[in-house]
Amino acid sequence: MGVPLNYALALSAVLFVTGLAGVILRRNILIIFMSIELMLNATNLQLIAFSRYFGNVNGQIFVFFVLVVAAAEAAIGLAIIVSLVRHYKDSLMGDDFNLLKG
Amino acid sequence: MTDYLWIIPAAPCAAAVLNGVFGKKIGKFTAAIAITAVAAAFLVALYVAATILGSPEEVRQPIADGAFYQWVVSGDFKVVAGYYIDPLSSIMLLVVTSVSLLVHIYSVGYMADDDGFWRFFTYLPLFTFAMLLLVLANNLLQLFLGWEGVGLCSYLLIGFWYNRKSATDAAMKAFIVNRVGDFGFMIGLILVWLTFGSITFSDVFAKAGTIGVGVLTMITLLLFVGACGKSAQIPLYTWLPDAMEGPTPVSALIHAATMVTAGVYMVARMYPLFIHTPITLGVVAWVGGITAIFAASIGLVQNDIKRILAYSTVSQLGYMFLALGVVVPMSGIFHLFTHAFFKGCLFLCAGAVIHSVEHAFHHGGKHDDPQDIRNMGGLRHYMPWTAWTFLAACLAISGIFPLAGFWSKDEILGGAFDHGQFALYAIGLVTAMMTAFYMFREYFLVFEGQPRFETEHVHPHESPWWMVGPLVVLAFLSVVIGAAVGAPPSKFHEFLSPAFVLSLGQPEPEAFNAQTVALMGVSLLIAIIGIWIAWMMYVRRAWSAEALAARFPRLYDLLLHKWYVDELYDSVFVQPALGFARFLWAFDGYVIDGIVNGIGYLTRGIGRGLRTSETGVVGNYALGIAAGLVAILGSFLLKGLVTG
Repeated sequence: MGVPLNYALALSAVLFVTGLAGVILRRNILIIFMSIELMLNATNLQLIAFSRYFGNVNGQIFVFFVLVVAAAEAAIGLAIIVSLVRHYKDSLMGDDFNLLKG
Repeated sequence: MTDYLWIIPAAPCAAAVLNGVFGKKIGKFTAAIAITAVAAAFLVALYVAATILGSPEEVRQPIADGAFYQWVVSGDFKVVAGYYIDPLSSIMLLVVTSVSLLVHIYSVGYMADDDGFWRFFTYLPLFTFAMLLLVLANNLLQLFLGWEGVGLCSYLLIGFWYNRKSATDAAMKAFIVNRVGDFGFMIGLILVWLTFGSITFSDVFAKAGTIGVGVLTMITLLLFVGACGKSAQIPLYTWLPDAMEGPTPVSALIHAATMVTAGVYMVARMYPLFIHTPITLGVVAWVGGITAIFAASIGLVQNDIKRILAYSTVSQLGYMFLALGVVVPMSGIFHLFTHAFFKGCLFLCAGAVIHSVEHAFHHGGKHDDPQDIRNMGGLRHYMPWTAWTFLAACLAISGIFPLAGFWSKDEILGGAFDHGQFALYAIGLVTAMMTAFYMFREYFLVFEGQPRFETEHVHPHESPWWMVGPLVVLAFLSVVIGAAVGAPPSKFHEFLSPAFVLSLGQPEPEAFNAQTVALMGVSLLIAIIGIWIAWMMYVRRAWSAEALAARFPRLYDLLLHKWYVDELYDSVFVQPALGFARFLWAFDGYVIDGIVNGIGYLTRGIGRGLRTSETGVVGNYALGIAAGLVAILGSFLLKGLVTG
């Protein structure tokens, strides 16, 4: 019956928390961006695991949606980062972009 | 007659509006407009009086009682503005329009060099309009409207020279003191409506006998409070002497002849109510009597040419109330009638003197007070017309036979004597002596003796004819009018009596006997004694006024400082009121503003506290989101654990 569900869920959780920790702790925008991708893929893994466990393909279809959205997000996000670094501040550190600081 | 009545208030009103709107452009022409309008009103007033004189006595009470237009309709409360013409209002119309006309003419000369010429000739017709509205009124509310209108004009004219602090202060004082009286009047008015269900004179008079004495006493006392304010009686008289800050023609018209008699007129108008309330009548009589002697005593030692006349006016108004109180209202009105002429004349003379002396001092390079009689003397040689007319009016007010004041004052004193009010009679007699003394003190100090200014440099001149003309007319009236209409059997009473049929019943033929003649003799003697004392003190210099003052320093000081009433009011009413106002100011500043500002500070503080959470660091936001996620999931988890 292959890999048990719990293994997949455990891996997914580890990946998700790793991503979350990256988002929270790292300051480089690119790394944060990659961490978000990591969290999305952790979710994808979970969806697929459940899909297989329940024998329902809806989960797999959903993963495609997530991939599409993630691709779009990557395109727009990277574009924003590039123009931000070029036009605003010559830096990739998130702390330097604090216009919303109260 | 009623077809022309509307002209009486409308003409001065139109003049006031015209002069108010276009006055700045047409300048001196304002005087022509105002004089024409008032002259028109005077002619109609004459016509009204002639019509009443020509009609049988039965229809004179009132000869016309009608409506101009529906004024207020509010539920049960209806007021129809209209006119109520009887001999009483007719006499008032004559007094107001005639004196107003003369004062208008006089002012052309008096105000000629004043920048506010057109403003003056806007206020004067406005005043005349309000006063005529008051006199014509057929209901209490319309009377009150006119009453407030004349109060407003009085305020405007006292403060006419608004860049003088003393003038604006005096204007404010007049207004505020009158508010006290008007408050009483207003409550009285409301009480009349609640009691009678109407404020129209004819309705009220018709029901007067059916109302309880208690309520009537309350109403009449409240109305009398209003009269005290307007007619400057104790305890509300203090504004009138200060009102002398206004231009002198104003003092003559408003603060001697017409407005201040509005209170007397109002009490006489409401006499059908007053007659049922012996308590109120007693109060009226005693307030009048005490005011008369009190004001006269202050007048004895004052040195300002106008203030002496002001206290004299307060004193004479006291006589009128005394007459109303001892139930000889017609004599009171007769005194009002004669007083308007001789006091108007005195004031206009004083104005001529001030005008002339001020110019003379100015050209002579002097800075003495042009209103202080100690700086004058011998002016008879410089201003003969003014001196003669002043002398005539002085004799009239002192009550010398056969001048106007003699007849009217004697009637009041005789009335008090006849009604057994011997104390009031005595007060009246002493007042009469004081009156004769202070009037002639003023005359002697101003016009007789040697000039007390440097004659080489200071040259007073007689006034222009614009001013002398009205003086002569008023002096002539002061001399002859009393004997002409007041000598027994009094034609004045015959004319007026229908107005008092409702309250006094059909007039009885007046007794003219030895007692009357004796009382007249006593009055005359008293007046002559007063004049003689003034003569001895200020012309012969046989008795020294200074020595007398030095002998009774306390009394002299008390009189000179007007019994310290102003100081008393200042410490009892004004200062506590100011203190209370300061307290409210502080309350507003610290408590009310504190609450408002506090809300602002609070909001700002909360904002300041919250904004520290916005660090601008993406990681922190992400942590917040993660924490929220954990909290939500945690709560689900806990719930699952609890419910099993």
